[in-house]
Amino acid sequence: MTELTMRFIWAIGFVILAPFLGGLLEGLDRKISARMQRRIGPPVVQPFYDVRKLMNKQYIIVNRGQNLLILSYMILMILTGAMLFGGTDLLLCFFVLATAATFMYFTAVLTGSPYGTMAGSRELVQMMAYEPAVLLTCIGFYLACGSFRVFDIVNSDTMLITKLPGFFVAYVFILTIKMRKSPFDSSASHHPHQELVQGIKTELGAKNLAIFIVTEWYENIFLLSIVGLFFITKNPLSIIVALMAMFIVYFLEILIDNSSARVKWTLMLKMTWIVTLVFAGVNLLILMLLK
Amino acid sequence: MGKVKNSPWLLHYDGSSCNGCDIEVLATLTPLYDAERFGIENTGDPMQADILLITGGINTQNQEVVRQLYNQMPRPKVVVAVGVCACTGGVFKDCYNVLGGADSTIPVDIYVPGCAARPQAIIDGIVKAVELFQKRSDRHDRYEIEQKEGGNANG
Ligand code: SF4
Repeated sequence: MTELTMRFIWAIGFVILAPFLGGLLEGLDRKISARMQRRIGPPVVQPFYDVRKLMNKQYIIVNRGQNLLILSYMILMILTGAMLFGGTDLLLCFFVLATAATFMYFTAVLTGSPYGTMAGSRELVQMMAYEPAVLLTCIGFYLACGSFRVFDIVNSDTMLITKLPGFFVAYVFILTIKMRKSPFDSSASHHPHQELVQGIKTELGAKNLAIFIVTEWYENIFLLSIVGLFFITKNPLSIIVALMAMFIVYFLEILIDNSSARVKWTLMLKMTWIVTLVFAGVNLLILMLLK
Repeated sequence: MGKVKNSPWLLHYDGSSCNGCDIEVLATLTPLYDAERFGIENTGDPMQADILLITGGINTQNQEVVRQLYNQMPRPKVVVAVGVCACTGGVFKDCYNVLGGADSTIPVDIYVPGCAARPQAIIDGIVKAVELFQKRSDRHDRYEIEQKEGGNANG
C-alpha cells in the first residue's frame, strides 16, 4: 500500500511540477544560447511570459479538429510522464509517447497548409529515425535488470550506465531529434528563420500554441528523466549523480544546437541509424553473450 | 488583464523596399543590439505574431499579400512601418506601380523614419509598439469579457 501511495505521489508530482521545471529549463536554454552567441538574452522566465501572452490572444482556428488533436497530444504526453514516475512499464511509456507524437503529426497536417503538411512528413521521418534507438533502449533496460518496470529499474543495485554505455550514447544521440535541436530540427525549430515558417506549429496560434509549448516542457522533463534512469540506483545519493548527468546532457544538447547547421533528412536517418546500430547494437550483443 | 508586453513576437514583411531597411531589421536581432533581451522573437508566422514590421512601400502586386498577412494576425496587433518607404513610399513614391506607404493598405500605428532606419530607431519603434500592444491587449480582454457576459445574458 505504502509503495503504491509513494508511486502515486511521484506521478502527481510530475504532473504538477514538470511544467514549471520544463519552462525554467527552456528559459535557461535560451539564456545559455544567448550567452554562447555573446548576447544578453531574454530573462529566464521568458517562456512563461510567452505562454501567458498566447493565452490572451484572439483565438483564430483553421480547423476545429485541431483542438481535439492537440489536446490529445498534451494529455498523452502527461500520461507518459506520469506513468514513468508512477513506476510502471517502460515499454508502455514509450508506446504512449509514440502515440502522442502521432497526434502531433495529425495536428500539423489537418489544416492542409503546405508548410504544416511538409513539416508533418518530416516529423514522420524523424520518428522513423529515433524509434529504433528508443525501442532498443527499452530492451537494454530489460536485459540489464530483467524487467521493464521502472520501479525495478530505479531499485537496481548498480548504475545501469555501467552495463548500457552503448545504449546511453544512442539515446543521447536521438535526444537531439526529440528535443528539436539543430542539426536534426527539420520539422520544427525553436529558432526563427526556418524555411518552413514554423514547421509543424505553423497553423497553431494563441491557446493551441500555448498547449504545444507546455507539452514540450512535459516532454523534455520526461526525456531527461530517462537519462537519469541510467544512473539511478537503490542508493538515494545516486539521485544527485542522475541530476548532474541530466544537466550535462542538456548542456551538451544546447552546445550542439548552437554549433551545427540543420542537415537533410537522408543524412539524419543515416547518422541516427548507424549510431544506433553501432553503439546500441554492439552493446546489445555483448549483453546477450554475457547472459 | 494579463501582462503581455514582455513577449512581443514580430512578423517582418518586406514590401517593395530596397532591402536596406530589412538588413537593419535583421541587425536589431544580432548580438550587438540583441532585441531578444526584451523577449522579442522574430517569428515568420502571422498566426503567432503580435507586431507587424513592414519595410518598403506598397505596390500593386504586394497589396493583397500585405492585407492578408494583416488579417491573419490575431488581435491584439500593432503595425510598425520601418523606413521612409514604408511611411510614405519614399524614393519609390512616383513609380508607376507604387501605391504609397504601408498605410495605403493597412492601418499603421508607429512610423519609424530613416533611410535606412537605424537599428536604434527600430528598437525604439518596437518599444513604443509594445506599449500600444499592452494597451490594446487590455482593451481586447475587456471586449472578450463583455462578449462572454453578453452571450450568457442572451443564453
Ligand atoms: S527607406 Fe531607404 S533603405 Fe529603407 S527600404 Fe526605403 S530606400 Fe531602402
